[in-house]
Amino acid sequence: MSADADPNGWIGARLLRKEDARHLIGASTFTADVRVPGLMEVAFVRSQFAHGTLSGIEKPEGLEARVFSAADFPDLKSIDGGPELPSFRTAPYHAFAREKVHFVGQIIAACIAPTRGKAEDIADQVFADIDALPAVVDTVEALKPGAAILHDGFADNAFIHATVSEGDIEAVAATAPVSMRRTFRMNRQATVPLEGRGVLAYWDHRLDELVVYLSTQGAHMMRLGLCLALGLPEHKMRVIAPDVGGGFGGKNRLMPEEVAICAIALKTGKPVRWIEDRREHLIASVHCREHHYDITLYAERDGRILGLKGEVHIDAGAYSLWPSGPFMEASMAARNLPGPYQMQALHVETHTVATSKSPMGPYRGVARPGACFAIERAVDELAHELGLEPADVRRINLVASEQMPYRTIGGMRLDSGDYPKALSIVREMVDLAALRRRQMEGEADGRRIGVGFAVYTEQSGHGAAEWMKRKSRIVPGYESATARMLPDGTMLLLVGIQNHGQGLETTLAQIAAQEITVDPANISVRYGDTALTPFGFGTFASRSIVFSGGAVARATRALADKARRIGAHLMQIEFEQTHLADGAVHGPAGKVSLAEIARAANVRQEFLPAGMPPLLEETATYEPEESGGFFSYGAHAAVVAVDPETGVTSILDYAIAEDCGTMINPMIVDGQIIGGVAQGIGTALYEEMPYDESGQPLATTFGDYMLPCAPELPALRIHHLITPAHGTEYGVKGMGEGGAIAPPAAIANAVCDALRDTGARIWETPLTPRRVSDAVAEAMGEPA
Amino acid sequence: MKPAAIDYARPKDLAEACAMLNEAGDAAMMVAGGQSLVPMMSLRLTAFETLLDVSRLEALKRTEDEGSHVFLGAATTHAMIEDGKVPDPSQGLMSRVASKIAYRAVRNMGTIGGSVALADPAADWPCGLIALEAEVILAGPDGERALPADGFFLGPYETAREPNEIIVGFRIPKLPPAARWGTFKVARKSGAFSDSLAIAVLPGDGSARVALTGTTAHAGLLVRASEALPSGNVAALREAARADIAELDPDADAYRVRCHLATVTRAAAEALS
Repeated sequence: MSADADPNGWIGARLLRKEDARHLIGASTFTADVRVPGLMEVAFVRSQFAHGTLSGIEKPEGLEARVFSAADFPDLKSIDGGPELPSFRTAPYHAFAREKVHFVGQIIAACIAPTRGKAEDIADQVFADIDALPAVVDTVEALKPGAAILHDGFADNAFIHATVSEGDIEAVAATAPVSMRRTFRMNRQATVPLEGRGVLAYWDHRLDELVVYLSTQGAHMMRLGLCLALGLPEHKMRVIAPDVGGGFGGKNRLMPEEVAICAIALKTGKPVRWIEDRREHLIASVHCREHHYDITLYAERDGRILGLKGEVHIDAGAYSLWPSGPFMEASMAARNLPGPYQMQALHVETHTVATSKSPMGPYRGVARPGACFAIERAVDELAHELGLEPADVRRINLVASEQMPYRTIGGMRLDSGDYPKALSIVREMVDLAALRRRQMEGEADGRRIGVGFAVYTEQSGHGAAEWMKRKSRIVPGYESATARMLPDGTMLLLVGIQNHGQGLETTLAQIAAQEITVDPANISVRYGDTALTPFGFGTFASRSIVFSGGAVARATRALADKARRIGAHLMQIEFEQTHLADGAVHGPAGKVSLAEIARAANVRQEFLPAGMPPLLEETATYEPEESGGFFSYGAHAAVVAVDPETGVTSILDYAIAEDCGTMINPMIVDGQIIGGVAQGIGTALYEEMPYDESGQPLATTFGDYMLPCAPELPALRIHHLITPAHGTEYGVKGMGEGGAIAPPAAIANAVCDALRDTGARIWETPLTPRRVSDAVAEAMGEPA
Repeated sequence: MKPAAIDYARPKDLAEACAMLNEAGDAAMMVAGGQSLVPMMSLRLTAFETLLDVSRLEALKRTEDEGSHVFLGAATTHAMIEDGKVPDPSQGLMSRVASKIAYRAVRNMGTIGGSVALADPAADWPCGLIALEAEVILAGPDGERALPADGFFLGPYETAREPNEIIVGFRIPKLPPAARWGTFKVARKSGAFSDSLAIAVLPGDGSARVALTGTTAHAGLLVRASEALPSGNVAALREAARADIAELDPDADAYRVRCHLATVTRAAAEALS
C-alpha cells in the first residue's frame, strides 16, 4: 500500500494547511495576544547565584504588596517529577525558592505592576540575601570524590545511577579482535521556540474557576499538574492553550512560573500574566541535550560490531521537572546507543547528574540525537581504524528488512522497514564515488570537502507498556477524540492533543474526511481547552498522528456507522446495502446526504429509526495493540566544505531517505523533516549554552546563543520510502522528531571526513569555527 | 526585559540637537536606528534620562557627491548603501560591506553613523571607513570639525567624539575606477558579529590600505600589511600582518590570530585578483 493508493481519498493528499491563513495575516491569538481588563504584568526576581543559601528577601519600602515570595505562599506544594523508582532521589522544586537556590535564574520573587517595565523597576529594588556556595558545573567531575554536593541529603550528585545490560559483554570483550574506545560530548542547549513561554491567569466569578491561558503542549496535563501544586480541585480550573508557537518538548513540563502566576492570581484576585523574554528563556527555561559518552565498541576486523560497553552522563540541571523528570533521557540514550545496528551485547552505566543549571527537559529527539551522535561517530571512527568505507561498515551492521520485527540489544522492537535501502539511496543521492574522486583532486579555494552519514530510528506512538517500562508517573498510553456532526452536516473534531505547528488541524481533518467522505474544509478541529475536549495527554514524543489520528478515525467511523443506519432507515433499505461516498449515504437506487441525516439526528428525531438515540456524536479512545512503538527511520547524508584555517563549515548538500509509513499529508511530512533538520543543524554547528566555573550562563542573548537562520540551511533533498506500519490506523508512524536526530552525527562525520588528512577529529557539538580550527591546529602540531 | 521609563526628544534641526545635547550632557543619549541601543535599553545595560532622536535630522540624512569625495550623512542606513541608493565613493566596496552587516531587518533601520558612534569592536563600518581613508564630520557647540577615521576609534565603545558632539556624516575619498579591493569576514554564522573582518584597498596609485577589526579593542589600520600589499606577495604580506596583529590585538589567542591572518590574507588576495 502506498500513500497514494486511494486516489479518491484524503489520506496522502498534499492539502495546504488549514491553520496557516491566520498566521500569515498576523491574526493568530497567542497567550501574549489575550486581552483581559485590569491585567497586571509580572517580572520575576531571579537568583544571580548558581548555588547558595537564601537567608532573606527585602521588599522595597511602600511596595511590599507588589512583591511576592515563598513566605507569601506557605501552602504551595513543590512540583517534583521523576520516575517511580526508589533509587531516584528527589529535591523539592518550589515555585519560589525557599532555603536555597540551585541555579542562576531560579525564581526568588515576583513583582506585579500595570506594565512589565514598571514591574521590572520594582524587581530591580528587591534584595535577596544569598550566601554563595560552590557551584556544580561539570557533569563528569560532579560525581568524583570531593565534588561539592548540590542538594542536601544526596550521597552524591546523581539523581539516579542505572545500568542497561543485555548479552554477555565480558565474553564479547574477551574475544573481540577489535576494541575501540572513544568519548563524545553533546553540549547543552535551550529549546528556543518562536513563541517563548507565557501564562495568564484570572478568577472567573461567573464560572467559579481559575482560567489559565498557557503556552503548552498539553492543556489537560498541565491542569493536572497545576492543581497538584496549588491544591485546587480540577473542576475549579480551566486551562486554555491558544495558538502555541512551537514547543519541541520545552512546553511539556510544569514550570515554576506557571504555578507562581496562578498562585498570585488566586491570592490577589487580579488577572496577572507573565510573558517570557528571550533572556529568561535562555537562562531559566527547559534546557536540553547535555550528554557525555565514554564508549567502547567491540568488532570483527571486517567491521562487524559485536558489542558496546559504555558510560553515559546526563547533565540534568538542578531539579527534576514534573511529570517525568530527567531520567528518561539516560535510559533512552542507553537503549538507543545500538541504534539501527545488530550486536550481541550492550552494557551501559548511566548517571543522571544534578548540576547548578536550569533543569533539563525533553527537546525534539529526546536523548536520541546524543545517542545517534555517539554511535554514528564511533562507527566512522571504527571504519577509519579498520581502513574501511564508513558507509560500508554501516551497511553490514544494519538490521535487514527480512529480520523485522527485530528486537535490538537495547530492547527496541524495530517493527518494519528497509534500513539498508535508505542508506544506499542517500549514498547514491550524494554520489559517494564522485565525492571520493573530488576529494582526491582537492578544492581550488583550499577548503576540504567531506561526506558524512548517519542512520537513525525514531520510536513513535509508543503506548502504556513502554511508558510503564520507563516507570513514568503519567502513562500517556492513549488519546481521545469526539467527532460531532452538526445539524447542517459539517463536523467538529474535539481532541486532547495540541497543535503547535504540526499541521494537525489539517491532518486530523483529512483522517475524518477519509472516514466520512466530507471535505476537510467542512471539518473543524478543536483542541487546547480543558472545557472543550475530552481528556488527552497532548502533543509530544511523535505520538499525535498515531494516537489522536487513531482516535479520530475510530470516533468518525462510529459516527459514519450511525449515519449509515439512519440513511438505511430513511431509504427503507438494509444497513448492509449502504455505503458512504461524497458526503452521502448511498443505497442501490438512491442516496441521502449527510446533511439530511444530521438534520434528522439533531433536530428532527421523528425521522430516526425507532429507539435510536438522537445526536451524531461519538467519543473514542485509541491505543495501538502493540504499545512498544512504531519505528520511523531514515538515513541522512551531509556534504560539507570546511575551511581548515578559520574552522568555518558550510553545508553543500544534504540528502535524506526516510520512512514514516503511510503519510497522511506528504507536504506536512516534508515540513516536519525540514524543521527538524534545521534544529539538528543548530545542534551540530551553532547552538550551545555554556556555563563558567562559577555556574554563570554565558549565552544570555541571541548575540551569544547562535541559532541557525535561513542562510545556514541548505536545500534539503528528501526521498520517501513507504512501509506502512502493521497495527496503526492506515499504517502511519509518528515522525515529528526524526529530522532533528541524525544531523549532528551526519555533519560531524562529514567534517571529520573532510579533515581526515590533517588528522583532526571533533568529539563534541556544536562544531564551532573555533573548535574545528583548534582541532586542525592541534593535529598539525600548532598552538590550539 | 523592558526599558525603564525615559523622556523622548526629537529636535527639529542640527542646531537644536546640538543645543539640547550640550545642555543635557550625559543625561541624554542619541538614537538613530536603535539597532544596538534599544536592545541594550531593554536589557537595562544603559541608563540615561532623555532619548535624543537624531534619525530624522536633514543634516544627517544628506548624501552628496562632492567631486573628489562623497559625503554620507550619519543617518544613512546600511540598506541604502547596500542597495546603491546613495552615491558610492568606493567602487562597490561599501555596498559589499553593508550587505554583510547583521540581517536585512537590522540593515533597514541601522545607520552608518550609529555604528561609528557606538564603536563596537566587531562592527563593520569603523574598519571600512579606515580602509577608505574617510573623515568623520562632527558638529558641536563651536561648529564643525573633521577627524580622520584612522585614529577616531580609541577602544571598545570609545571614540574621539566629545560628549557634546554629534556625528553629522562622513567624507569619503572616491576610489578611481582602476582601484581594487577585497574583504573577508569570519563569524560564528551569517549575520553574527565578526570574529575578524579585514578590508584591503588598492587605490591604483601604488599605495594600499589594509584595515582589521573583530576581537581587537577597536578597528585599526595594519601599517606593515598595507606596505606589503602592493608587492603582490601574499606570503610576505601574511608575515607583515602577523606583526601588525600582535600590536593591534595583543591579547589574541591562537584561534583569533589564525582568524585575523586568514581574513587579512584573503581580503588581500581578493584585492590582488
